[in-house]
Amino acid sequence: MSDILTVNNVNFSYDDQPVLKDISLSVREGDFLGMIGPNGSGKTTLLKIMLGLQTPDSGTVELFGEPARSFEDGARLGYVSQQSTESDATMPVTVREVVAMGRYAHAGLRRLSERDRDIIDRSLTKVGIADLKNRRISRLSGGQRQRAYIARALASEADLLALDEPTVGVDANSVEKFYQLLDELNTDGITIILIEHDIGLLTEHATSIACLDGELYAHAETSEFLKTDALERAFSSARVLSANAPAGGN
Amino acid sequence: MSLRTAHTQKELTLLLASIPIGLLALIGFIFWGFPPVYSFFWGTACGTIDTWLVCSGFLQRGFTSGILIGITAPIVGAYLVNRQMALIGEALAHTAFGGVAIGLFVGAAIPSLNYPLGFALIAAAVGALGMQYIAVTTDGYADIPIAIMLTGGFAVGIAVISYGVVFSATVESYLFGDILFVPFENVQLMVGLTLIVAATVALTHKQLLFITFDREAARLARINVWFYDTLLIVLTALVVVAAMQILGAILVAGMLVIPVAAAMQLTNSFNRGMLLSVLLGQVAIIGGILLSYYWNIATGAMIILVAIATYLIAVAVSR
Repeated sequence: MSDILTVNNVNFSYDDQPVLKDISLSVREGDFLGMIGPNGSGKTTLLKIMLGLQTPDSGTVELFGEPARSFEDGARLGYVSQQSTESDATMPVTVREVVAMGRYAHAGLRRLSERDRDIIDRSLTKVGIADLKNRRISRLSGGQRQRAYIARALASEADLLALDEPTVGVDANSVEKFYQLLDELNTDGITIILIEHDIGLLTEHATSIACLDGELYAHAETSEFLKTDALERAFSSARVLSANAPAGGN
Repeated sequence: MSLRTAHTQKELTLLLASIPIGLLALIGFIFWGFPPVYSFFWGTACGTIDTWLVCSGFLQRGFTSGILIGITAPIVGAYLVNRQMALIGEALAHTAFGGVAIGLFVGAAIPSLNYPLGFALIAAAVGALGMQYIAVTTDGYADIPIAIMLTGGFAVGIAVISYGVVFSATVESYLFGDILFVPFENVQLMVGLTLIVAATVALTHKQLLFITFDREAARLARINVWFYDTLLIVLTALVVVAAMQILGAILVAGMLVIPVAAAMQLTNSFNRGMLLSVLLGQVAIIGGILLSYYWNIATGAMIILVAIATYLIAVAVSR
């Protein structure tokens, strides 16, 4: 299968603080890539650079064969972040209205069509929150809310789904179901890039794992990855020896 | 992919082509279409219920402009409030007041330029773009630029007024609003502004909602966040100038914020909330004008007080 995302020799620093050093990796169509690394290891920054939301200081990123920064077809990308968005705590907006936003890149300036509404409803059903569609998004539990954001990505018919520690603060039972949903979507052909601090979840679900701490320590198929000492090296350099230590966003 | 881009480009070209046509239609309507509609409506109203309230030319113009504000201010306010930008309207109103002062000063010297609201529009637009520039360079609409703009615009206004010879009654009407002070050409200006705001929002509601709710996801969907930020703040400037005649520079922000805050208590849906806030805006405007007439209280103040009453009721009802 072909590469849909390639990162070549990417460097990035905030002010004078280097965050990413000479990162190269590629993601093939249908991959389920897990990214792990200690606090401040540049995972979120790398993810944003991959999606074209930030520009690297040097190096290149190609999304679906085009430079990421000039990649225009936003509908192909879905993003679920760790924190709830700035407004969803207070803003009156229903779950269905949020999921409908997934159609906006398709609709442009025209009104949503019958087909758009159909896709919105199917996305809600797919992630199992159709019965919650008229609730205010802020009244959902953490797990339900993340499902709503996945539904938004499905509504936009994204074929690349990026998630940044989506299950922080979500109860264990919902986490398991959430990962089952991701597996299902991956089986349906959606490529997934996931930042996750729980190595147990990653080895269970991801098909390949990348471990970074500023630089890329390893990127390999999950079974191969477990034979390397990349985790230990990455986390020991951050003075966190336990592989299961929580590594929040940067 | 290239098909999609071509598709959007065609859409954009069509849109750009339709702007001059739309503007011509708009001007045509304001000058030739609107006046007969206006006289027919108020003529009928006055013929049916024969009271001074609907037959006085002053109140007819006041009601008309009030109703238009009650539509546009909550619509634009719905985005602002949910982005924690509520006070931007206030800052732009004060900047617009600076423009009014300059306009009065220039108008006194050159009678052909005696159109203070035009100056207000320019000042507010410049203020809006300045605010947008500061937001981009300093990372967000913090309260510092808002405070600077708010006091700065006002300071310019007061400085110009103290230097020139301007009737204080005229100044006061722009500060506190005066419903008996709306000339017909201002009603026409407000019809134009209302149509521009309504058409723009009808066209770009999806994008404005997306950047209001989730800027990161909107950027990912490749929506031009900077463009829509600028659009929203320019729309705000237009609404503020329109509303200034009725509410005055000091009370303008109330109409942007309070009906929206009330509606937010009563519904979970953004779209329904927007419609509801327009409805509550109308209650505040019409109720405010009527009460100010019966109790002989300043109209702008009464409108805001009625709006606050609806807000308190909404809070009580939603508990």
